[in-house]
Amino acid sequence: MERTGAEIFVESLRKEGVHTLFGYPGGVVLNIYDVLYDSDIRHILVRHEQAAVHAADGYARATGEVGVALVTSGPGATNTVTGLATAYMDSVPIVVFSGQVPTHLIGNDAFQEADIVGITRPCTKHNYLVKDVRNLARIIKEAFYLARSGRPGPVLVDLPKDVIVGRTEYVYPETAKLRGYNPTYEGHLGQIKKALKAIHESRRPVVYAGGGVILSNASRELTEFARRLRLPVTTTLMGLGAFPGSDPLFLGMLGMHGTYRANMAVSHADLLVAVGARFDDRVTGKIDEFAPNAKIVHVDIDPTSISKNVQVDIPIVGDAKNVLKKMLGLVHGAEWGGRDEALQGWHAEIEAWRRAHHMDYGQGEEVIKPQYVVEQLHEATGGRCIVSTEVGQNQMWAAQYFRLEEPRCWLTSGGLGTMGYGFPAAIGAQAAFPDRVVIDIAGDGSIQMNIQELATAVQYELPVKVAILNNGFLGMVRQWQELFYDRRYSHTRMDVAPDFVKLAEAYGALGLRATRPGEVRPVIEQALAHPGPVLMDFHVDPEEGVYPMVPAGAPLTKMLLL
Amino acid sequence: MRHTINVLVENEFGVLARVAGLFSGRGFNIDSLSVAETQDPTVSLMTIVTRGDDQIIEQIIKQLRKLVNVLKVTDLHEGQYLDRELVLVKVTATAETKPEILRLMDIFRGKIVDVSPKTYTVEVTGGEDKIRAVLELLRPLGIKEVVRTGKVAMPRGMQNGG
Repeated sequence: MERTGAEIFVESLRKEGVHTLFGYPGGVVLNIYDVLYDSDIRHILVRHEQAAVHAADGYARATGEVGVALVTSGPGATNTVTGLATAYMDSVPIVVFSGQVPTHLIGNDAFQEADIVGITRPCTKHNYLVKDVRNLARIIKEAFYLARSGRPGPVLVDLPKDVIVGRTEYVYPETAKLRGYNPTYEGHLGQIKKALKAIHESRRPVVYAGGGVILSNASRELTEFARRLRLPVTTTLMGLGAFPGSDPLFLGMLGMHGTYRANMAVSHADLLVAVGARFDDRVTGKIDEFAPNAKIVHVDIDPTSISKNVQVDIPIVGDAKNVLKKMLGLVHGAEWGGRDEALQGWHAEIEAWRRAHHMDYGQGEEVIKPQYVVEQLHEATGGRCIVSTEVGQNQMWAAQYFRLEEPRCWLTSGGLGTMGYGFPAAIGAQAAFPDRVVIDIAGDGSIQMNIQELATAVQYELPVKVAILNNGFLGMVRQWQELFYDRRYSHTRMDVAPDFVKLAEAYGALGLRATRPGEVRPVIEQALAHPGPVLMDFHVDPEEGVYPMVPAGAPLTKMLLL
Repeated sequence: MRHTINVLVENEFGVLARVAGLFSGRGFNIDSLSVAETQDPTVSLMTIVTRGDDQIIEQIIKQLRKLVNVLKVTDLHEGQYLDRELVLVKVTATAETKPEILRLMDIFRGKIVDVSPKTYTVEVTGGEDKIRAVLELLRPLGIKEVVRTGKVAMPRGMQNGG
């Protein structure tokens, strides 16, 4: 039977198992919206297209499934760019469908026309302009396959109006066939054995795990591997939750705002086992002095990540879960006994670093410390919730003080550092898990970048709890000005901010405020007990800083501790 | 170091932009680029001449392979491939220079492809060194315009040490 492009689109989404779509209608996608009117796919109407993409991204990170967004042409499409770039940097599987002017008008500067395929080429894993309705089903199949396979990432599919209304026979392909795309999942056995030999010989090993462990659902394998071989584990910002935060082998996060012991351990290691991490500049500090004495094993599904920033001694191209499973299968027998004795000295050294310096803050009677709010959120929820963050100090305090035990509970824009990401991402996660507690740890700057989504949360009864660490500053930039620009706070003071409690009420949400330490916990309890979305406004110490800190470009051993 | 890289790509719109965008977005250099359809009309071949240290060349090759529309990337090794460029040169033609132009075309197996009262346009094909030599020898005679194709390359039929 012949179907229209719009019908093919909706039917193909159902075939891909899509239950939820984040979108915003407009002229050229009206026919799709007309089909959606009768569909059982849930459509969540956001208030800005950027939020649709972040919500799809949050949905994907929390569930492991592909998140989907639908927008119209022109401004609808260009508003997705930040969301796509965010998902691209963090390898999040999403598919964004944009409307486009009819093919005969493309290039004509038509109303609401933008060359979105050209614009998003460098910030998508791949993108498509569908020129013929007969290719639509195949392209949708390929888009979902590309988004979720290999190193995942965002894919954009641009749908001209005439493709949407055009008709063709509909057959949804069983599989996607792409002759130029063939990701490597199986690690090379010889390389794996070499890596194990290096681990066996090492006396000062550290596992450095990144977001790839979470993307490949390899947390269990990583945990078992590290525990069996007694390997200390540090994670990147993106890797938080890949290894249980309460495990004695956990060193905390490494890098610019990492723990003293993680940075010292990496700097003194004789072997670094990187799994699903990419040696980002915020992790390595001064690259020449990163892990200077360590042999480096690097497991990554993306060959371009290997030896991009540091020279790797034992590269293993493959899926983290697959490689770790193979490794686990090989570490039996007598030669792998006595690990504790072999690494005793190293563990003692790490313990000494832990004692020498651990993160702390002094919570007095008068002023709320932002770290205290994060710790209280952790305590009140027992850590059993999904946490999203915005970007800046709020993100770093959340990373440092909200101890995560499980993967897929942590939604943060690590690579791109997108302010305004956290709230819509939390909405996306909440849409996937209506019964779980979802908290967005925000700053007073970041939250205003997508504050309009309060309406979305209220309309769809998505009870996201937003905790604003309100210091009246763009705090992280202020901190850099304090440290490196002589305290010249150039344009980082938010002199005018809305009354967040009234603002929440204006949107039909609950607004709460705490100005003294004693009010923090009661506000959190009240928020958690409330069935709908809540905006919590915590007035915190305006000049509190994030420490430890490795100044940009300095080696990891040169930490400002405080 | 200069490298010549052959890239087989899907013959689709936008593929050239993806490859060019990869180079510009990551700060890699393109010295020359030529593209044309292969025997299989669904596939095109690009010959890219680029430069960089070993690490950069390795990244370029890996990044090219990562593009979904790229089918095959071959880093051509020195001495194991043939390469040719075509150049058109418009040279001032006077009574004194005409015989010299003709002589040079004879030596370099070039052709006069266009003649006007004041100019000769010549066509020469060859490897990089030959093209450079021709241009150097023509320059004193008065070059008015030069158009070059960029290099195309192909591995030799017999590989030394593979």
